[in-house]
Amino acid sequence: MSDLRSHEALIDRLGTDLVPVRRLLPPWLRTVGWMLVVAAVAAVLLMHYGAEPMLRRWAGTPDLGWAGMGAVITAVTAAWAAFALGVPGRRAAWAWLPLPGALLWIGASGLGCLRTWIAPGTQVASMHQSADCLIFIISFSIPLSALLIVLLRRACPLRPVLTAVLIGLASAAASASLLEICHSFDAAATDLLTHALAVAVVVAVNAAMGGRLLSKA
Amino acid sequence: MSQPLTATGFMGLDSGLSQGVSLVWTMPVASATASSSETPDQRRAAWMAAAQAGDRRAYEKLLADSVALIRAAARRQGVAQDHLDDVVQETLITVHRVRHTYDPARSYDAWITAIANRRAIDALRSRGRRDSRELHDEFALDSHPDVDDASAATESGQRAQRLREAIAELPPGQREAVEQLGLRERSLSEAAELTGRNAGALKVNLHRALKALRERFHGES
Repeated sequence: MSDLRSHEALIDRLGTDLVPVRRLLPPWLRTVGWMLVVAAVAAVLLMHYGAEPMLRRWAGTPDLGWAGMGAVITAVTAAWAAFALGVPGRRAAWAWLPLPGALLWIGASGLGCLRTWIAPGTQVASMHQSADCLIFIISFSIPLSALLIVLLRRACPLRPVLTAVLIGLASAAASASLLEICHSFDAAATDLLTHALAVAVVVAVNAAMGGRLLSKA
Repeated sequence: MSQPLTATGFMGLDSGLSQGVSLVWTMPVASATASSSETPDQRRAAWMAAAQAGDRRAYEKLLADSVALIRAAARRQGVAQDHLDDVVQETLITVHRVRHTYDPARSYDAWITAIANRRAIDALRSRGRRDSRELHDEFALDSHPDVDDASAATESGQRAQRLREAIAELPPGQREAVEQLGLRERSLSEAAELTGRNAGALKVNLHRALKALRERFHGES
């Protein structure tokens, strides 16, 4: 059996290469690490803008508050699912974890459009102002996605494209949550559309590029 | 709000958690000694924990022990017999590279099977690509207009090859019974006359051969 001998030779070679390794932290702890970075950015934004305008908007129009909470839940669960998929042997069903949060996020934002009154101290965004939201979400998503990709390259995502989609969702949701802090517009159709467009762009770019970046790992 | 949503979503997702503590056994001690009360999976988990700490002996035993698991996983994915060893080698190399992702509190077998499945699929894909690239004949291109047909043909060819190999490996009496009764479609009395065995023995041999083949291909197709 020459194959058996070639396996033995390979095992011997791998044994020679063996050095102690530091075990990967559990997915939830890695999620906490990433969220700490997001929280640090949020803290900086809160120091600059203050929490007051955001809270006033939420008090006036609870659906905006629900949408913001949905975005935060989506960010946490999508990142957690991505880290879980980075460990071989974990089920692909983890990918469904962000669904409830995403439904709350999308549902509450959609509800905002049906409202006839406008959140206090805000205005309906014009096309030009909506473009700012688009740029905000995309430009915050880039470093947040990059960080997740770096962290996941140390793991072993056996489903790189699915993991990349979750990375995109996590960073887009986190960026949308951060946008809540300095967002002075109500959830009108134009605004919602740009948010949806921004999230779609971030997820699509991650799926297209992230999958390749992760599978090289 | 976030708690109940996260909790319900989470419970159904991970076997290790949804089945309670049964899968999460106590952290194996980082040594290569195995006690008799351990399951093979637990023993391998303990070896991997030791290997992560740099125990070469435990690591080599673990990898040698893993070859059968990898072969079984690759066979289930439909990798042909001749290519199983390629998948074994690719998987062992991957295991070496990502050994830090293994958590000794969880099943080692599930971990390595996931990696082996992935490598098996990679092998099948690259094989399919190579086969489709090698089609240069005009006639062949016409009769196999798309990749699906070509890969299906390759797959059924591989299946037939595996079946032939499996029959060849049966004990002589059983092989004879399958060849005469199954493949050449001879009647029991014709086969008995040709082989010089009695009909009862042929029937028993055919039955045993089919059972052996079923067991061998169980879950493969």
